[in-house]
Amino acid sequence: MKNNNVIEAQELTKMFGDFAAVNAISFNVKKGEIFGFLGANGAGKTTAMKMLIGISIPTSGKAKVAGFDVFTQAEDIKKNIGYMSQRFALYDDLTVKENITFFGGIYGLSRKQIKEKATVLIEELGLEKVANTLVGALPLGWKQKLSFSVSLLHDPKIVFLDEPTGGVDPITRRQFWEMIYKAANQGTTVFVTTHYMDEAEYCDRVSIMVNGKIEALGTPKKLKEQFKADNMNDVFLKLARG
Amino acid sequence: MKRFIGFIKKEFYHIFRDRRSLFILFGMPIAQIMLFGFAITNEINNVDIAVLDHSKDAITEEIINKISASKYFSIHQFIEKERAIEAVFKKGKIKAVLNFEKEFSKNLVKEHKATIQIITDATDPNTANTISNYVNAILIQYQQELNKDITIEYQIVPQTRMVYNPELKSVYMFVPGVMTIILMLVSAMMTSISITREKELGTMEILLVSPLKPIQVIVGKVFPYIFLSVINAIVIVLLSIFIFKMPVQGSLFLLAIESVLFIISALALGILISTISTTQQTAMMISLMGLMLPVILLSGFIFPISSMPLPLQIISNIIPAKWFIIIIKGIMLKGVGLQFIWKETLILLAMTVFFIVLSVKKYKIRLE
Repeated sequence: MKNNNVIEAQELTKMFGDFAAVNAISFNVKKGEIFGFLGANGAGKTTAMKMLIGISIPTSGKAKVAGFDVFTQAEDIKKNIGYMSQRFALYDDLTVKENITFFGGIYGLSRKQIKEKATVLIEELGLEKVANTLVGALPLGWKQKLSFSVSLLHDPKIVFLDEPTGGVDPITRRQFWEMIYKAANQGTTVFVTTHYMDEAEYCDRVSIMVNGKIEALGTPKKLKEQFKADNMNDVFLKLARG
Repeated sequence: MKRFIGFIKKEFYHIFRDRRSLFILFGMPIAQIMLFGFAITNEINNVDIAVLDHSKDAITEEIINKISASKYFSIHQFIEKERAIEAVFKKGKIKAVLNFEKEFSKNLVKEHKATIQIITDATDPNTANTISNYVNAILIQYQQELNKDITIEYQIVPQTRMVYNPELKSVYMFVPGVMTIILMLVSAMMTSISITREKELGTMEILLVSPLKPIQVIVGKVFPYIFLSVINAIVIVLLSIFIFKMPVQGSLFLLAIESVLFIISALALGILISTISTTQQTAMMISLMGLMLPVILLSGFIFPISSMPLPLQIISNIIPAKWFIIIIKGIMLKGVGLQFIWKETLILLAMTVFFIVLSVKKYKIRLE
């Protein structure tokens, strides 16, 4: 395996009783890549992701994330990744600044680092006026962007985004993807699950999961050729319908 | 350590920015202790009674005066006929009627025996009982005064002394109970709600993906409530000392240690509840039904355990609150030291350890 792979999964499997939620999936993700992880609801995306971020132990197979083993080095993985869940998960009853301070704190940043980062982050997002407002009072789009920035606070090698753009308007989605590109340009690997097939087109490479297995893997362009489809939506439908 | 402090700071933000939890934390203890101390009481004071005096002679008047002079009763009205008795009870204000028979004095002098009927409104059996006891006591006293010149050959004179609570103040009984309820409520319910809240909001997931260890998350969530519960315990003890003049005979230090032990056992129960519930509402319902009711009904706080049916007596043993109430009653009222309550303390300690082990185990399983 090449050294610039930040995620390496081989035959990764998760069983719940007799049911294989994730069935022997294998793939690599390179440094700085935007990797789209697609699949219908219940295809096993979230379970696979949970194994990679170290909160669920795989039944069998091998996987390394940021160079650490998911079986034995989950704690090291956690230090090197950022995570944004599909539900907005900052604290509504804390202000923008307090949220940044809190999450910076639990990732072990120093007070000085937190202060610097907070200033930059608030400026970039244009949140100066609401820096001391409770997050609960902000519109969803702002929250999502803030949430993403917070997940990057400790400069993780990889950031995992679980359906990050659910429920936001097209303009915000656009801005959100600009942020993703920016992070990737700075060398952060982005592992993103999504339902929106137009977003799949923005990814460097995508994998499509069906019933616990990866049925397709490659650049959007290649997949469209392989399945003789005009867009990713058709690729997805062809696969999902079998 | 720095991470931990940041975490606790966040926890306090949550608590102080949520008016509801603030109210439960600080309003409720004070409200409850006041309610139990002032309003809910077993003592009777100035109970309205009616008198039906068929005799109207010197002795009945003297008895009536004695009763009316006591602070327990006030004679609200005199009625003339038997028939009127039911009518006054139905109005609800009168709790008892004293019915003197005809020719009361004459009977007493001639036949050495006269009858007085005490009719009480037993819709509230406790009060009815107390009223009849108090009236009896006044009558016996009067009788002794009448007999004081006559010597009876064999006389047994019971001398009753109520120790530890000579004035029979019910607040002495309520303070330990209320303290137990409050500590249980704040510790178990509030922690279980605050942990499930993070689950419900999805922030728990983020915390678990962070480098914080699960144990750090739990301790961080629980720690503020230990602190707040201790403050609550102090407030309750101060209120009972200064407002209700309840003495603390034993060592305050021992009281503090035992309270912290009980708080920790309740916190462990709270964690346990949070592992089996996914929403704040479930956590609250389980805490209320599963903890509060047993604490109120089976801990011996209100209903004496010794008069419960055997199965309930056995069940009461697994309720930590029962042991805690025995312990703090011992310390506060009897002034006992550890040598008298070590057995209860040991039981409480064992329960606490058991709950902690169980909740840590459960919590780990849930992470999978």
